[in-house]
Amino acid sequence: MTMSEQQSVSARQHWISVLAKADSKALQDQWQALAIEPEYQFIRKPEIGLTMMRGRVGGSGQPFNLGEMTLTRCAVRLDSGSLGVSYVAGRNKAHALTAALADALLQDRDYQVALQEQLIAPLEAQLIAARAEREAKASATKVDFFTLVRGED
Amino acid sequence: MYVAVKGGEKAIDNAHALMREQRRGDTAIAELSVEQIKQQLPLAVDRVMNEGSVYDPELAALALKQASGDSVEAIFLLRAYRTTLPRFGYSEPVDTEQMQIERRISGTFKDLPGGQVLGSTYDYTHRLLDFALLAEGDSAPSEQASNNMGVPQSHRSEARTEAENSDKLEACPRVLELLNQEGLIEQSRGDGEEDITPRDLTRQPVNYPVERAVRLQNLIRGDEGFLLSLSYSSMRGYGDSHPFAGEMRSGRVSVELVPEELGFPIEIGEVMLTECEMVNQFHGSKDQPPQFTRGYGIAMGRAERKAMSVALVERALRAEELGEAVNYPTQDQEFVLSHTDCVSANGFVSHLKLPHYVDFQSELEMIRRLRKAASEASAQPSKDKADTAGEEI
Repeated sequence: MTMSEQQSVSARQHWISVLAKADSKALQDQWQALAIEPEYQFIRKPEIGLTMMRGRVGGSGQPFNLGEMTLTRCAVRLDSGSLGVSYVAGRNKAHALTAALADALLQDRDYQVALQEQLIAPLEAQLIAARAEREAKASATKVDFFTLVRGED
Repeated sequence: MYVAVKGGEKAIDNAHALMREQRRGDTAIAELSVEQIKQQLPLAVDRVMNEGSVYDPELAALALKQASGDSVEAIFLLRAYRTTLPRFGYSEPVDTEQMQIERRISGTFKDLPGGQVLGSTYDYTHRLLDFALLAEGDSAPSEQASNNMGVPQSHRSEARTEAENSDKLEACPRVLELLNQEGLIEQSRGDGEEDITPRDLTRQPVNYPVERAVRLQNLIRGDEGFLLSLSYSSMRGYGDSHPFAGEMRSGRVSVELVPEELGFPIEIGEVMLTECEMVNQFHGSKDQPPQFTRGYGIAMGRAERKAMSVALVERALRAEELGEAVNYPTQDQEFVLSHTDCVSANGFVSHLKLPHYVDFQSELEMIRRLRKAASEASAQPSKDKADTAGEEI
């Protein structure tokens, strides 16, 4: 993979991640505010399934199968030929379709900047805010234990 | 042998209608929504996800509602549903070191990098019924009451000053890796060890003895009560185990997979996980020096008791591989792993409720025959028997 291919892959990984993790309602609200209605064909209609989640023994050892999780996938092709793919945890078909459409448009130079600014950036800001809120709550429960010296004076 | 019966359709329909009516309860009371169960009974939801072996809080909450709160029935429903879905491959192994920590404690180290974070816990509560929760209407507990449940007012200010840290948490490296630097704890991975694709017990049958990855998969979907009791027994003396909780952490972890059509990993969302590592004393064997060994447990959601029980039983089941004597049930792979599944266990026990009329009839006949034979024999004692009886006196 060349340097620029690598860059475009990591850019795509980034927006795919934001689209998947975004709150479903927030995603639809932001998407509708964009008022883009691209013509598209389904390569794969939104489909609910399972993936087997894997972990590592001891956190860093050999992989093992932890248990399944639900996810929804979808693939679309725009009239421009751009191919959008989504794999989203949970069972929300509308979420998967919107994520696939956004993925296709984000690969299109005409839409890329607008979508980054008006879809990905605000959704990511929400994710970061939610993360910061959880972190602050957890941080308030940070504890220092003292061990007391035992024995007779 | 089970012989099928026919009939009873009308009665069965009526029985199911009655079940639905009882499940709904008094219709003067508002109906519980699936979202309410998901939001307000999250630990019950976590248990159903773990043993149902499907991460989906909404489905688990639905199953709990449908099962009138019976977790084993709910788990069965979730397991049945999962068989209707296609499998889109396997995820990349989750990286729990990158977990966004919501709770992290260690029973072995007081001061550890990243610190101890209590998070949301029932530990340290006084287990006094909180009648504020019983009050109707304006019953939303205040932030203080819910954060400091059972903690007297005078202690609260202290708790708050102690918590006057920045909002940021430091990085939380894995505790046991720290001791590893001295080589006192076994490593979770040998130097230069390649990944082995783990077998999947939902796709391949289990043969004994079975490798660690499959044992772990089995335990994670195993019955919490069974695993808790097994680990309790191993700590009480039926298994040479009194370990330390090296680390327990709960938080969100990103899940990645590599779709075929893309060829690179993408994140599909986050899951809440609880991970526990136990440290056990190990006296050494001919191949290994005395050191601490590790038992590993992980569970979906905030299932701490489950993660700890898995870690304890997981370590006990390593007896054979570490050259320890297998003396107790908890160390016996086949005994433990073939009885962890609550759906199987419940199915086998519950099947006794089904009509066994022909079976029982045949056993009844046999008992009658045996009794008849016995009474005839005692009415006319044979010479041999009389002699034997005489000798015994």
